[in-house]
Amino acid sequence: MWRGLTPRETASLGIVLGCLAFLLALPPITARAPWWPALAGIPAVGAGIWAVTSGVKRLGWLAVAAGILGTALGVLATNTSSSNLDYVVSWTPLFTAMLAFATPLTFAAIGGMFSERSGVVNIGLEGMMLTGAFFAVLGADKLGNWALGLLCALIAGGVAALIHAFVSIHLRADQIVSGTAINFLALGVTGYFFIQVYGDQGVPGSIPRVPTVNLNAIDGIPLIGPVFGHLNLMIWLTFLTLIVSYVVMFRTPIGLRIRSVGEHPRAADTVGISVYKIRYAAVILSGMLAALGGAYLSIGFVGSFNENMTAGRGFIGLAALIFGNWRPFGAFAAALLFGFSTALSFRLAQPWGNAAVLFQALPYVLTLIAVAGVIGRSIPPAASGRPYRKQ
Amino acid sequence: MSSEPGGGNGDLDTPPPSEPLGADPTAYAPSVGERLAFYERAGGIVTPVITAVFAFFMGGLVVLATGHNPWKVYQGIFTGSGLNWFFHFGNFSITIPGTDHHVWFWWNTSIQNNAAYNLQQTLLLTTTLILTGLAVAFAFRCGLFNIGGQGQYLIGVITGLWIGTSLPHLARGPHILLAIVVASVCGAVWAAIAGLLKALTGAHEVITTIMLNWIAYWIGSYLFGQGGPLQNSTNASLPVSNTVVDSAKLPVFWGNPVLQGLHIGFFIAIGALVAFWFVLNRTTLGYEVRAVGFNPEAARYGGISVARNYVVAMAISGGFAGLAGVLDMLGYQYRFGVLDVQTSQLGFIGIAVALLGRNKAVGVALSALLFAALLYGTSSRSIDQTVLKPELAGNLTLMIQALVLLFVGADVLIIAVWRWRRRLLPGRLRRTQPAAGAD
Repeated sequence: MWRGLTPRETASLGIVLGCLAFLLALPPITARAPWWPALAGIPAVGAGIWAVTSGVKRLGWLAVAAGILGTALGVLATNTSSSNLDYVVSWTPLFTAMLAFATPLTFAAIGGMFSERSGVVNIGLEGMMLTGAFFAVLGADKLGNWALGLLCALIAGGVAALIHAFVSIHLRADQIVSGTAINFLALGVTGYFFIQVYGDQGVPGSIPRVPTVNLNAIDGIPLIGPVFGHLNLMIWLTFLTLIVSYVVMFRTPIGLRIRSVGEHPRAADTVGISVYKIRYAAVILSGMLAALGGAYLSIGFVGSFNENMTAGRGFIGLAALIFGNWRPFGAFAAALLFGFSTALSFRLAQPWGNAAVLFQALPYVLTLIAVAGVIGRSIPPAASGRPYRKQ
Repeated sequence: MSSEPGGGNGDLDTPPPSEPLGADPTAYAPSVGERLAFYERAGGIVTPVITAVFAFFMGGLVVLATGHNPWKVYQGIFTGSGLNWFFHFGNFSITIPGTDHHVWFWWNTSIQNNAAYNLQQTLLLTTTLILTGLAVAFAFRCGLFNIGGQGQYLIGVITGLWIGTSLPHLARGPHILLAIVVASVCGAVWAAIAGLLKALTGAHEVITTIMLNWIAYWIGSYLFGQGGPLQNSTNASLPVSNTVVDSAKLPVFWGNPVLQGLHIGFFIAIGALVAFWFVLNRTTLGYEVRAVGFNPEAARYGGISVARNYVVAMAISGGFAGLAGVLDMLGYQYRFGVLDVQTSQLGFIGIAVALLGRNKAVGVALSALLFAALLYGTSSRSIDQTVLKPELAGNLTLMIQALVLLFVGADVLIIAVWRWRRRLLPGRLRRTQPAAGAD
């Protein structure tokens, strides 16, 4: 039966079947018998194992995992009351929330990709994001325009990244130390100026916010209409950033240079590429992108700022980057997955109570598994984290 | 100063044959361990002091730029930290522990003394920071960057509280001992996950420890949260744990036990410093750890199991951090909540403590005291509101900490200038100033 399929196709089919096992038990199908998910999940595991034995490790293990998880979650879903199920799994709010949560992660992850592909580890993404969040609010409030707020965020994130770049490229400091320093610096600087400027009153509620793009024409299409019809402009900007950064990184000479500097700086230097220039540009760009992610949080999503408002999203962005194997669409898929797990944990808070917060740890557990190489290894650029010394 | 394998020396004027920052013809990328070895040789105490002074100076500039008086602010922090206690001499008395005898003492240890109270608070934080600093420092000596001190600290807090709030019928000694041992072991196991992943699959410990930090964060949020297994049994709407039972509370030796006096955990931290020094410099284990830290390849060639040392070093590091967590709980906090999980940063500050202290026992002790004084001196309980708002002061602490880390990085520049100074000097000058390169 499987003779006609390559191991890769079989594994992909297994993943689809694993997801289907879960979906069968959810609205709108809502199969109530526990053997329905098992019916789809067990072949998924089988397909995965066959793919693994044929040498397709990463996809194969993913299929096995999808099969087991899909069956387990599906059986779990058949045991919950259907009213709870209808509340938790209402697809439109879930998808809308997923996109909203994934946006800052995607910006941070793509920023991190530029930095790490050029050979500079960027632990400071969290700090750059926080910087962007604060200065976007400050700019939007004081200059009276959200676009100028975004500009301020870009500049502030760029400056934070410039510090990281200078210390880790020119001074050849340990990039982890420098990144950690950036995180603390951002926390201190934004906190200090937030208190100094806004004091006890907090940010005024009337600051200009990034507008929502209303596409009334597609409202009638089920699922797609309500989800994509009223997205924030910044979310559309994410999609654009994603495509542009993929093209730049993998289809242009600039991308080739960035990657070569990250893989083998000496060789790149020998053929006349300026390692320092490329690295500076990549790190500063990463700071700007991370800052955009922060700006989305403050003047796009929440419309305010409070101390340490990024609360680890920069680190989830980093995790998405690693989970996505340092590639833009991989990172985006991981960001969507992590965004979905956050959205689900918020929806689950109703039936499960506090236990739902454990879902928020899922991105970190998955990343831990990914770097451990259980489902195919995540391999960083060869020279990332290593300072380069010009001759 | 510790000796390196291969008999390095502490003199800048006679650099070893392979100088890390010299004109190396190949693409040079020092490992964490090599970099560390270099720091240890160069500059002695001079560079950390310059680093700290620089950081305080820059912090002062920010204070000045926002219309406050930096001199007064730093004075306020110093007074708030209770360090001024040491400068008030007089005729006082002290009780000999375990007896009613009083003997003359030159400092005022009275509970009513405000400065003494502030100093107790600073030393409480010093206790924690010494241990979280050691957690970073020990791994660093093995060439590993343990960013996971915060997560290991939280695991220590969680398991320590679990033991400390249950078993009310246990005798005091065994109860305390049990809680401390279990929490340290759990912290060690948590950290050893990262060590094991590094040893088995080569997964970078920075990534894995960051992930473990956040997993611990959410586990803590769940356990102490509403309906969580460790939430208190009296008020269901309060996401805070139970209070540690009396039999598990550490004895307080200075100050009022009700108002957070200084507990005997302080001596445990001092003991940990001694143990840290002893293990690294006087045992085979320490020798192997340092050998792996300097050069894993050479260590492997010399017959040392690099993988085993990664796991052991991470476990010992995690043990220190877990110990910090449990001592905080049994010593003075007695309870922990979701909000504490989210705002606690003592594990992260350990990074700055270890790096400023150059991963040496004495250095860690001194920089822990510095950061503890800064932390408590800027807290809302101690700083004079008229000098600087406590919210601002707390952020100033974060900034200074960040600047310390940045300048620790910039250390390379300082040391390089130090070393090249003689070369840059004109020949005649160099001959007339033979000691120019020594510090």
